[in-house]
Amino acid sequence: MSKAKPKVAFYWCSSCGGCEESIVDLAEDILKVVEAVDIVFWPVALDFKKKDVEAMEDGSIAVSFINGAVRLSEQEEMVKMLRKKSGLIVAHGTCSHLGGIPGLGNFWNKETIFNRSYHTTPSTDNPDRTVPLEKVVVEGKELTLPSFYDTVYTLDQVIDVDYYLPGCAPPRDLILNAVQAILEGKLPPKGAVLSPNKSLCDDCDRNESKPEKLVITEIKRPWEVEIDPEKCFLAQGIICMGPATRTGCGERCIEGNMPCRGCFGPTDQVFDQGAKFLSALASILDTNDEKEIEKIVNTIIDPAGTFYRFSLPHSILRRRRMEAIK
Amino acid sequence: MSNGAFEPRLIGFLCNWCSYTGADLAGTARMVYAPSMRIIRVMCSGRVDPQFVLKAFSEGADGVLISGCHPGDCHYQEGNYKALRRHRLLTKMLEQFGIEKERFRLEWVSAAEGVKFQHICNEFTEQIRKLGPLNWNGGKHEQSEA
Repeated sequence: MSKAKPKVAFYWCSSCGGCEESIVDLAEDILKVVEAVDIVFWPVALDFKKKDVEAMEDGSIAVSFINGAVRLSEQEEMVKMLRKKSGLIVAHGTCSHLGGIPGLGNFWNKETIFNRSYHTTPSTDNPDRTVPLEKVVVEGKELTLPSFYDTVYTLDQVIDVDYYLPGCAPPRDLILNAVQAILEGKLPPKGAVLSPNKSLCDDCDRNESKPEKLVITEIKRPWEVEIDPEKCFLAQGIICMGPATRTGCGERCIEGNMPCRGCFGPTDQVFDQGAKFLSALASILDTNDEKEIEKIVNTIIDPAGTFYRFSLPHSILRRRRMEAIK
Repeated sequence: MSNGAFEPRLIGFLCNWCSYTGADLAGTARMVYAPSMRIIRVMCSGRVDPQFVLKAFSEGADGVLISGCHPGDCHYQEGNYKALRRHRLLTKMLEQFGIEKERFRLEWVSAAEGVKFQHICNEFTEQIRKLGPLNWNGGKHEQSEA
């Protein structure tokens, strides 16, 4: 037998499944990956169990790709186990990198989320007011569920992470480059985000259309206007996170005539994407008059949810203050 | 906090040209004011990155002040207008995080306004004392110890 192939694991936490799809989307290239590695754990596609991972020696998995944010005790337990068993951990996709869309749950807490999900949504029919319990005894046997935390965490707030593959979901060429770099041992320094370190505007086709002095007199939401498909979104008064977002996505949204919403997170020079975008947006509002400024600010309906759409758990404040939630 | 009473911790970002000089004037004139303000000198109120404000709150500040030259007096022409726009937008966003707007202030203090600076420090301290401590923890320490 030739030299053993490196072992690879895939795992998912709080995510939508899109990142799993991004692996399948490698299409025929996935065959090359399968040829080069041994997949030893992949709950969404292959029938391995937790005990199979438990039985592996520490450090025996070359690399684990983990997608999704961490919000359940089970997820915490699994990623801590994978950390022990793996040489490298790659945070795969926005949710594990920055918290992602599930991270918006940090504007709420367990109680308000449960109340909404199990009681007050218009489609809920739950007259007995049943909610999931962590422990319940059925016919003398105790059944358990993982605990649901008040706060959503990024993967690196729970375990040490070696590399980040950004994107919701990460595009195919970035995944392939990452896999190749790992197989060839040509990796950048630990902690690197595996996408170019410059802003989306640098690569944007619409950059040429940006006026010499970019100013905004009125904020418009995408559905309120017919969007010019050639012109810079900010120049049209539409909030586009491009200036505060890392490039490498292939401008999929821009090409679909939708502004950037920031799923790649900030560049290396910035920690807090939302704060940095707020700074940029405020400085191009075209007025020095206090009342006018407040009028424009009021047209930004949900600044926190817009600027931190994908990065709330990764932000400096991380979540809404618990005492402020009713 | 020796006797356990709440003593507000305030961070003040003061511009070099007007407000810092105003605070200096209050000092050299031996004006007495609340000792709760920790002053950080910046070249311009327009230099204050919103990340600085968030970092201050996340690391224990109960209130944050940005102070710059009066409108029209900015040493760099319009840095203070940028600070004004950022302040209004950031205030709105902070409220979504549960940080009351009273905790984040923007003031104009000229180099001659030592008395105004004294008033601001005293008034801000009292206001925060009424609001109570922020004790920001960002949902840390919830995970298991495993």
